[in-house]
Amino acid sequence: MPLFLRFYLERERAILGTITVVFFLCFWEGLTRGWWADLLGPVLGSAAARWRISPIFLSSPTAIARTAIRLFSAGEIWNDLRVSGLEFLLGFVLAIAVGIPAGLAAGWYRRFCFAIEPFLSALNATPRVALLPLIIIWVGIGIWSKVLIVFLGAVVPLCLNALAGVRTTDAKLLRVARSFKAAEGRLFLTIILPSAVPFILTGLRLGVGRAMVGVVVGELYAATAGVGFMITVAGASFQTDKVFVGVVIIALAGVLMIEALARLERRFETWRPKVGAAT
Amino acid sequence: MPVKLEAQRICLEYYQPRTGRRLLALDDIDLAIMDGEFVSIVGPSGCGKTTFLNVVDGLLPATSGRILLDGKVVTEPGQDRAMVFQDASLLPWRTVLGNVLYGLECQGIGTRPARQRAQHFIEMVGLQGFEHHYPYELSGGMQQRANLARALVMDPQVLLMDEPFAALDAQTREVMQEELLQIWRQAKKTVLFITHQINEAIYLSDRVIVFTTRPGRVKQSVTIDIERPRKLAVKRDPRFLQLEDFVWNLIEDEVRKTMLADRSSRGSAEVGPPDSGV
Ligand SMILES: Nc1ncnc2c1ncn2[C@@H]1O[C@H](COP(=O)(O)OP(=O)(O)OP(=O)(O)O)[C@@H](O)[C@H]1O
Ligand SMILES: [Mg+2]
Repeated sequence: MPLFLRFYLERERAILGTITVVFFLCFWEGLTRGWWADLLGPVLGSAAARWRISPIFLSSPTAIARTAIRLFSAGEIWNDLRVSGLEFLLGFVLAIAVGIPAGLAAGWYRRFCFAIEPFLSALNATPRVALLPLIIIWVGIGIWSKVLIVFLGAVVPLCLNALAGVRTTDAKLLRVARSFKAAEGRLFLTIILPSAVPFILTGLRLGVGRAMVGVVVGELYAATAGVGFMITVAGASFQTDKVFVGVVIIALAGVLMIEALARLERRFETWRPKVGAAT
Repeated sequence: MPVKLEAQRICLEYYQPRTGRRLLALDDIDLAIMDGEFVSIVGPSGCGKTTFLNVVDGLLPATSGRILLDGKVVTEPGQDRAMVFQDASLLPWRTVLGNVLYGLECQGIGTRPARQRAQHFIEMVGLQGFEHHYPYELSGGMQQRANLARALVMDPQVLLMDEPFAALDAQTREVMQEELLQIWRQAKKTVLFITHQINEAIYLSDRVIVFTTRPGRVKQSVTIDIERPRKLAVKRDPRFLQLEDFVWNLIEDEVRKTMLADRSSRGSAEVGPPDSGV
């Protein structure tokens, strides 16, 4: 195999991903700088003007990067990041601390499940943001309203998935543990928890998404600081660059967290055969 | 020899919540097994052999009747029994070693001695070199041998074995049979062994119990009066062949009955159960 081909195949994922992103960014940059309009002018005539879009409207990768550097060096953005991060972290940790144990317990103890089921179903069916006005009346527009909305968003998938994880435990394995006289605690730790882990991880992944939505929508609705708040203010004053900086920050945070979860998942799943197409 | 294990009038009914129907799996099973006896159960598929073993292990409560072990009523699994399950049922997130250690961990036996014992039995079933493999990396027969090691390592007085060699090739099977007989002889265990292979049952056992088709009942208890130790060549002995023929005919009767019963029930099923779909 030629050397460059091997080099490519070994890094295929990174190379292909980078190429598409670079193309996308160039295309975008070209739109606001009129590259495509100039290029297509001879062919399309006056219709080519459509390929020139005002930077105020669309912003552009370089403008966004410049704004980002300015915001970070001026330091005003750090406070927004801190506030949003705190809201996310507090809400999500709280949701994990409540949702996963509650889900596991509901999966194992039927009566407990019957007791919390109505609340779970109701909460699951209601878009959590519909509760925002109430939450703001109750706890004000400070960070706790966002913590609460993040919590409400993430707790449901965490709980439901943990519950499903316990429910799908293989009865044969439970039988084995019983045959060996495993005490209830050991049964839980060695059989139920391991078989629920994939479900719990799925719950975490869904929960991260819900929690992000909670932070941003919560701040859009009512806040005094935060990335979502920054986006709102910037949008209202046509600072599209700044809006995009906020959007990119949120997207990056989401991607990083999902990637961290995927790492965690791989660590837990050495015992599972790999399925799916290899490339 | 005293009676080790006794089943008294065991009946077991499965209740199927989906259809609301009851299914009689075991009907009035009486059985006494002596201390140190090797007893096999044979019978047509679905006749209740696994169910019976589960009752003996204490995993399933009998609908009526009771199991006595050393004269004491069995209500739950105990350390005096260990089960080799029909489907290997290994914990998929544990390696072979971890699976074999599982029962010892449940008993609270320290890691070092437990590991030594586990290693011994892993080697005995021929899985050395696979200690750190996960079940999905093993063949069916290897999984079954790990399952076997997991039960043997418990060193129980009574071994309950549900078709432990079913997934093995003929040669490995014979090696395993020898190993089992050796453990049985040396450690003076009582074995209740389920198999579909009639010659395996006869070769291993002091007694072969033939179950009727479902609901399982004891059709006949056949004493195997072939002296031990038995060489492999005994399988061509006229007496052996005679016994094999005898047991074969007993089961054939039953299998024929199952087929007939199936056909007649299929005839009536044409009316369609309420949940037969669209
Ligand atoms: N959990 C269950 N619920 C309802 N019915 C069951 C259940 N397990 C087994 N049965 C029924 O009980 C009968 C006996 O099953 P069992 O598994 O004991 O048979 P078996 O003799 O071990 O068969 P095989 O030789 O094929 O393993 C079968 O007809 C089966 O349909
Ligand atoms: Mg069976």
